[in-house]
Amino acid sequence: MNAIQIKNLTKYYGKSRGIVDLSLNVEKGDFFGFIGPNGAGKSTTIRLLLGLINATDGDADILGFNVKTQTTEILKRVGYLPSDAAFYNGMRVKEILKLSADLRGIDCSTEAESLCRRLDLDINKKVEQLSLGNRKKVGIVCALQHRPELYILDEPTSGLDPLIQHEFYSILQERNQEGATIFLSSHILSEVARYCKNAAIIRDGKLLACDSVSNLSHSDVKRVTLKGVTKALQNENIRDIKTEDNITSFLYSGKPDALIKELSKLHFDDITITDPDLSEVFMHYYKKEGM
Amino acid sequence: MTLLFYELRKNKISLLIWTAAISFMLGVCIIIFPEMAGQMSEMENMFAEMGAFTEAFGMDRINFGEFIGYFGVECGNVLGMGGAFFAAVTGVTALATEESHNTAEFLLSHPISRKKIVGLKLLSVIAQIIILNLVVIGFVTLLTAVIIDNPPYKTMFLIYLAYFILQLQVAFICFGISAFVKFNAIGLGIGVGFVFYMTNILSNITKDLKFLKYITPFSYTDSADIITNGHMTYKYVFVGAALAIIGIALAFIKYTKKDIS
Repeated sequence: MNAIQIKNLTKYYGKSRGIVDLSLNVEKGDFFGFIGPNGAGKSTTIRLLLGLINATDGDADILGFNVKTQTTEILKRVGYLPSDAAFYNGMRVKEILKLSADLRGIDCSTEAESLCRRLDLDINKKVEQLSLGNRKKVGIVCALQHRPELYILDEPTSGLDPLIQHEFYSILQERNQEGATIFLSSHILSEVARYCKNAAIIRDGKLLACDSVSNLSHSDVKRVTLKGVTKALQNENIRDIKTEDNITSFLYSGKPDALIKELSKLHFDDITITDPDLSEVFMHYYKKEGM
Repeated sequence: MTLLFYELRKNKISLLIWTAAISFMLGVCIIIFPEMAGQMSEMENMFAEMGAFTEAFGMDRINFGEFIGYFGVECGNVLGMGGAFFAAVTGVTALATEESHNTAEFLLSHPISRKKIVGLKLLSVIAQIIILNLVVIGFVTLLTAVIIDNPPYKTMFLIYLAYFILQLQVAFICFGISAFVKFNAIGLGIGVGFVFYMTNILSNITKDLKFLKYITPFSYTDSADIITNGHMTYKYVFVGAALAIIGIALAFIKYTKKDIS
């Protein structure tokens, strides 16, 4: 069963584009990464899923509930972390956490205490005294303390130090192993490559690719590294050429036999052909579209 | 009800300040009445020479030397303007602050429908207006009982009732506006209250602008009318009630459909 099912979702803000005809499925129990640069449409998609904004066209279901007509049912089962969490000034962290739990009508005090301890969050601080990272931690606890079925996290680690980032992902992995679905947007590709099972790449509001992280990384693009090459390579399938000392490296996206033919015309001392990492795949999809 | 109690807690300082300020000003007016009463003949002559403004404030129809005449005008200035400004600010900020302070995303990501949010925020506005009026009226009634001989409670309560209805009307209209704005709207609220107040004065000055009485809620709080007739001018109350209902309806329609930024 799908935790998230997006069907031809389109959102325009007046004349400016949000997302265009986006379709995407995320299975229950998945740890899913939603990758794209700033302004690609990640937050717009998430805000549409949560009913914060209305779609211009298309539809979506979350955990079997429609985002247009059953928002409250969805929100009961979802933990949402916005990219820029803001809270009511004058309140202490513990009051914000209590308010969030009370708005859900459940007692989350034990879970909140455990999360605050793991994330090293001081519950007695006032909202206006919080740093960006600590504000993020409050948002994380609000999103996690009711142990939802689905976590929708928009740029979850921005502002967090590496130790807390690690602890945060440990918590997410535990929840995922218990059966919860994680859907996180990010432009930090190493995070997605390390923790996510599946991922989608979005650009200019359109979905460019959606597959398992391992399949995305094993795409038809290869990173070719030549040592001691004497002649520059020129081919329409070759991009992202990097030369340092006597080592030349490039991305190749054509047929393998054509690559071998090209290489046979060159002299080099050593060759390595590897799958590119996720960041290179990401760049590949972006450049393929004419960036 | 969590949201209702949270809203009341959030606004307690503002409510306390407005309640204290209005109570204090009304209290001062009542305390100085016995002294003022001795100088009323001179003052009435002065008011009589103010031309159109005498009519604008209804001072041509009431006896300023009597407590109820004095109370009607002073109450009009203090409870009328103070209460209207409080109601306007409370109403206009109720929904708008969530977006201007970027907290709308936090609130709306909880399983509480937008209809319920609008309803509970409206209840919070009504509750604050009731609390302010209960405290102010309670305080003024006690003070009047001590200072004034045989206070005309019936007419006084009719004036209080008129101002209570005015505050609700102003709050509901501003609440409707609140659903449309995304910025800190306190100035807008005060502006709406001031426009209503000035509209009533203008409609009293010239007969050509008398139609404005249907727009401003200050028309049915005119103490000269209440004291002279023994009741509010109901046609203005009904139009005001219709405007208030439109304000509430707009708030529900707009807020349940709007994109939250």
